[in-house]
Amino acid sequence: MEGNTAWLLTSSALVLLMTPGLAFFYGGMVRSKSVLNMLMMCFGSMGLISVLWVVYGYSMTYGETVGSVLGNPFEMLGLSGLMTPEGDPTAGTVDVAFQAMFAIITVALIAGAVADRMKFGAWLLFGGLWATLVYFPVAHWVWGTGGWIDEMGALDFAGGTAVHTNAGAAALGLVLVLGKRAGWPKEPMKPHNLPYVMLGAGLLWFGWFGFNAGSAYAADGVAGIAFINTVTATAAAMLGWLLLERVRDGKPTSLGAASGVVAGLVAITPACAYVDTWGALAIGAIAGVVCAAAVGLKYRFGYDDSLDVVGVHLVGGLIGTIMLGFVATASVVPDGEGVDGLIYGGSIDLLGKQVLSVVVVMIYSGIIAAVLGFLVKAVTGGRVSTEDEVAGIDEAEHAESAYDVAGGRGGRPTSAGSGVANSARKLEESNS
Amino acid sequence: MKLITAIIKPFTLDDVRSALEQLGVLGMTVSEVQGYGRQKGHTEIYRGAEYAVDFVAKLKVEVVTDDAGVDKVIEAVAGAAHTGKIGDGKVWVTSVDTVVRVRTGERGADAL
Repeated sequence: MEGNTAWLLTSSALVLLMTPGLAFFYGGMVRSKSVLNMLMMCFGSMGLISVLWVVYGYSMTYGETVGSVLGNPFEMLGLSGLMTPEGDPTAGTVDVAFQAMFAIITVALIAGAVADRMKFGAWLLFGGLWATLVYFPVAHWVWGTGGWIDEMGALDFAGGTAVHTNAGAAALGLVLVLGKRAGWPKEPMKPHNLPYVMLGAGLLWFGWFGFNAGSAYAADGVAGIAFINTVTATAAAMLGWLLLERVRDGKPTSLGAASGVVAGLVAITPACAYVDTWGALAIGAIAGVVCAAAVGLKYRFGYDDSLDVVGVHLVGGLIGTIMLGFVATASVVPDGEGVDGLIYGGSIDLLGKQVLSVVVVMIYSGIIAAVLGFLVKAVTGGRVSTEDEVAGIDEAEHAESAYDVAGGRGGRPTSAGSGVANSARKLEESNS
Repeated sequence: MKLITAIIKPFTLDDVRSALEQLGVLGMTVSEVQGYGRQKGHTEIYRGAEYAVDFVAKLKVEVVTDDAGVDKVIEAVAGAAHTGKIGDGKVWVTSVDTVVRVRTGERGADAL
């Protein structure tokens, strides 16, 4: 028990680090005038969702099932009954901590779609409502005792359905309501810092070992399988993305390498403890190539999913979840409890369950996100004014600028009403 | 006095600086600039989206010298920045009315 607890505590910290990693992965891709807002949307999720999680989110996800659709939010309100040093912590406090990180990053993933334009308050309102109405129930469907997807027997080891498809569909629903960035797609919106993007992708990969191998809930052979598959598929996806770029665009890019890594991580997430090496290679390679192509869909259909949350997370989540119907193998699952996919002689049932579960989550999340988008727009306005957006959302929403390397932008204490200015004046008077 | 302004390829800066140092030029100002001439820009690709980037990164080197030193400075800069390929840059000369050394208040050629 102690070994398992140690690994799950470690994994929880690893998964928390994914969100700052995601913040930099996304932050490097936006323009320099909106990088702080992107980091803040991710950190905002760490603040807000953690609080919601311990107050009622955990209970809504893992409480006693109410009709297989959500856990009883009052059963463990404020973690009541769980704050005890007795018993197995991986079924108590450590489980709460580990799964809190999943809720945080799932909401943060959506931020990439609404870069540069969404009011910070509107984002927090959306994030809190979406977590409550979509993430907590959907995580219950997939992982809660008695949740309908779990009962049905569809597979989602670490969150291809509950996290990635869910967040990707929400991103699509939200951007359709929120609208395009001013000037998109005519104006260039180049990434302002690709080293941030690479750094963020590296941190994501590192943290993802906790996400996938931690989901074994034990320091055992299943965790080992999940871990090595998180290497195999991710590596294959990076190569797949770069190969497609080399053939289509002429050059393999660093943004492509970072994006391929994330696409592979997304796709292997539901499958990491259910496939062998060949399955992981297939999932990774296909996710790398298909996601690299799918990021172009937004130009064809005219939705401004700014940082390709749909192209990477929705498409990658669908690929990993649905491919399990083909490449799942019982040979890697202990105690003969595994199921085989089609190519290992399994029945078509598994594929059917995989498709049904992921499609229902996609439709539910997308529709509720769009409805919440309208609601948030009505209450807060949703977006900053076009002038503020053009000048930069960092200044408009946070009264800060990210980069002032040589101090060349200037700045002095303002005269009116500022505590700093008053203190500075007093100090000067006392010196003279 | 003259202000000599040179737009050069960034990697030639160190050669330009040492050529000027050998002439006895005691100071210069360098800034990162972008622009285009006959070299034009280039294409960048991000997740398959192609961008025509019109402006090329260059350095601007500014040196103030007395009238007698102008030709030598031009030759030194142009020689050190020369690669023979398109995009080597430009050097131009403008007249300077006066110069003040802030520390001492000296004016004109004494301030150089």
